[in-house]
Amino acid sequence: MIAHAIFFYVFSLIAIVSAIMVTVSKNTVHSVFFLILDFISISCLFIMVGAEFLGMIMLIVYVGAVAVLFLFVVMMLNVAQQTNQWLLSQDSSGHIPIGLIISALIFFELIIVIGGWKYKPDIFISNNLSISNEISNTHSLGQILYTDYIHIFQISGMILLIAMIGAIVLTFRQREGVKKQSYIKQISRERSEGVEVLEVPSNKGVKIND
Amino acid sequence: MTEIGLGHYLTLGAVIFTIGIVGIFLNRKNIIVILMSIELILLAVNINLVSFSIYLNDLSGQVFTLFILTVAAAEAAIGLAIIVVYYRNSGTIRVEEIDKLKG
Repeated sequence: MIAHAIFFYVFSLIAIVSAIMVTVSKNTVHSVFFLILDFISISCLFIMVGAEFLGMIMLIVYVGAVAVLFLFVVMMLNVAQQTNQWLLSQDSSGHIPIGLIISALIFFELIIVIGGWKYKPDIFISNNLSISNEISNTHSLGQILYTDYIHIFQISGMILLIAMIGAIVLTFRQREGVKKQSYIKQISRERSEGVEVLEVPSNKGVKIND
Repeated sequence: MTEIGLGHYLTLGAVIFTIGIVGIFLNRKNIIVILMSIELILLAVNINLVSFSIYLNDLSGQVFTLFILTVAAAEAAIGLAIIVVYYRNSGTIRVEEIDKLKG
């Protein structure tokens, strides 16, 4: 139990510090690195608390795909030099104190909800999908994911497909002035527009208009 | 202090959620950092769902975390594609210079 507490505090401290560094660091590439650190520490927490499958999936999906996608875009757009210093910004529009006050209010509301939730006497606990100790976490998730939640599962697959098509359609562009092969133009050429038969007078030659 | 319960995990989720909110409110320079703050907020939601699922002994929270993961990946892909297109058209993604909608 002591080890659990120590691991929890270490991982959550790393997660909170790296989350703060994501928002305040001046370089966008550093922000992405701290985001990766945040995901890794949270997935360690998930594995520690008993949700191994979700921890591993978070490592694969977030660190392996989403964070690398962020890194690609940051390096492609050349925004690493654009400084990200909202604490020292010149425009004095006064949004910083109001934003901090509203964020503190949100935080205190969340804490109050967490504190008050404990004292609600009759918590409804459903035992439909209780976690059993005989089979592993991945096994039990797979058992209900492909039976009870199969429609939502397929809809999430559709969401991923639509996101992929949308990203391709958004970033696809037809460049002007790039020579490309066009099959339909090639196979629909007629002889009359490709070949011209000329009578060439001797000692004069012809002028070919191109 | 050494007994880690549900409240500890929920507090961690609240802290990360608030940091994401602060990142969206106060960032005035770079729109990619705003997308990263949205990812932080979704991460906090995932922490809440997983900790409730473990401590209430109900597996459906983890299933919903899986679907939130899916939606977050799709949202990141679409958002980054929009940012790339905007950068190609206007040459900047600074938040204070994005004013084409005149809002």
